[in-house]
Amino acid sequence: MSNIISYDERIKNFDWSIAEKELDYQPGNVINIGWYCSDRICKLGKADKPALIWEGSAGQEKRYTYNELRLTSNAVGQFLRDLGIQPEDRVCLFMDKIPELYIGFLGVLKTGAIVQPLFSAFGDESLIVRLDNAQTTAIITQRKHAPKVRKILDKMPYIKHIIIVDADPAKPLGEREVAFDMDNAPKPENFEIHPTLAESPSVLHYTSGTTGQPKGVKHVHYSLISQYLTSKWVLDLQDDDIYWCTADPGWVTGTSYGIIGAFSNGVTQCVLDAGFSADNWYRFIEKHKISMWYSAPTAIRSLMKAGDEVIKKYDLSSLRHLASVGEPLNSEAVIWSEKVFGKAFLDTYWQTETGSIMITNFPGMKIKPGSMGKPFPGITATVIDADTYEPFNSPGKVGLIALKPGWPSMMRTYWRNEETYKKKFRNGWYLPGDRSSIDSEGYFWFVGRDDDVINTGGHLVSPFEVESALLEHPAVAESAVVAKPDFVNMEVVKAFVTLKPGFVASKDLDLEIMNFVRKKLSPLAMPQEIEFIDTLPKTRSGKIMRRILHAKEWGEEIGDTSTLEND
Amino acid sequence: MEDMKSVVREYVVREYVEDDSEITYDTPLISGGIVDSFSMVSLKRFLENKYKISIPDDKATPEAFDSVNKICTLVEEFTK
Repeated sequence: MSNIISYDERIKNFDWSIAEKELDYQPGNVINIGWYCSDRICKLGKADKPALIWEGSAGQEKRYTYNELRLTSNAVGQFLRDLGIQPEDRVCLFMDKIPELYIGFLGVLKTGAIVQPLFSAFGDESLIVRLDNAQTTAIITQRKHAPKVRKILDKMPYIKHIIIVDADPAKPLGEREVAFDMDNAPKPENFEIHPTLAESPSVLHYTSGTTGQPKGVKHVHYSLISQYLTSKWVLDLQDDDIYWCTADPGWVTGTSYGIIGAFSNGVTQCVLDAGFSADNWYRFIEKHKISMWYSAPTAIRSLMKAGDEVIKKYDLSSLRHLASVGEPLNSEAVIWSEKVFGKAFLDTYWQTETGSIMITNFPGMKIKPGSMGKPFPGITATVIDADTYEPFNSPGKVGLIALKPGWPSMMRTYWRNEETYKKKFRNGWYLPGDRSSIDSEGYFWFVGRDDDVINTGGHLVSPFEVESALLEHPAVAESAVVAKPDFVNMEVVKAFVTLKPGFVASKDLDLEIMNFVRKKLSPLAMPQEIEFIDTLPKTRSGKIMRRILHAKEWGEEIGDTSTLEND
Repeated sequence: MEDMKSVVREYVVREYVEDDSEITYDTPLISGGIVDSFSMVSLKRFLENKYKISIPDDKATPEAFDSVNKICTLVEEFTK
């Protein structure tokens, strides 16, 4: 029996107080995610239950029970407090998927500070714009990533501490650096958890838009209510589940469901900190008897590409429930997973700003492969006309996805960017920036983004950011960046570039520019293809018409070119 | 082959390794998280430019790129 039991019954008389009651939370009380994810589970009698089973790329393993999760996150909290970290200070986690990232997340929250997780593959430019915006006080990182921080340290006077979790005792620490050995640190039995309230800020995740700098999405401790209940009803987390969320906590799935949802439900979760390989993933499922697997279409398509033969080498019979997030899950992938695993991956739709699953396929519900499913109980979702911002009255029409604000994990603002935050609302609806239709049975069908943001492997990349980075290369005169279709990643970054006089297009220059962007921003933002052209299509006022380049890549009609320069 | 290994190793260290980690010819690059799937594209491009070859996408798998030794074996297939 699934936790949700019946979707149709749940949507009748739904109230978020269902989650509040299950969590013994009453409005006005203290609510601290760090406490709910560790101390509370111990109080429920599960102190000795495994909370986190971690495996590194060399096969090394670490295990933490819920009591160890509690004590070790206390240790992180105490260390930060002793350093002088104050409530609402921003503490950045800049690490691979190591235990310090998961437990550090809870430890920071216990102090009342705000966690700012950043993807460890970010380059120095990506790092500095996000740290600058947040005015981050401390960064917790690893030895291997410290050089990227040191490189930009002079530009960040607000950073007071760089905490290295695996410092080499034989080597001196750098400026503002301090070592912290989490597993061997003193673990206070009674750590005074900061009494955060529902609206106290908790997590600051960064996301990219079409224009401007990345935006810091501010979440609050009350987001727990949504994250707990969606984990329970959609991911169907049950007490004896062994759960694997493949997402990196540098991104929102990795925190909402890779930390908060999992631990607040008291399940055992496994983490594999290694690069992708089909063999290794299937081995991991077999070894740990994973029963609930939350992954991403890119990974699923990579597994499809690896073929069905490799699956036969492993016993994957422990798998009970599969779900997917990041970008639309194509029907072929749903059908394939049903064929090879005996279970369909259920697509879930949400984004950094929503904090939790909004539209989804539920256990027990009729699945229409390729559909996003239906709104979570308590979520009012529809499709509206892009011109009038009014909902369509008949099914099948393509418009903007619109969500009625008010669920617990809705972002509270963009950090120091209230103006952009306000622009996300129209006519009383929050607009995530995606287009879809709704069929006659109420299922949503994803169509695409409503802007130029590139969704590559489930991560949003701003064309503006990539174009700006390209312009910093000495050979680049102008650039335009668009999405290009890709089987595995759905979309990848493609750049059109004109060169400055004296530079000649070549394969070596192409590679040099690719690496330049990769190091500045991140591997995700690196153009997978660069096309050198003589001129970019522009309007008569000089604005680059990305739309034309995009249409060319996707084999679409170019549309109105009346404003095109030299047309 | 030894020359090629040295060239590939040097490129990997220069482009993908931030700290002073030791990279041997057998160090797992993809499964070890040193080179991610997106960065593999630039590594493939480097090999194609350097050795004037074209590696088909179905041969450029995470397994085939998982160490300097494996990469050189793959490149040799196309340089013969």
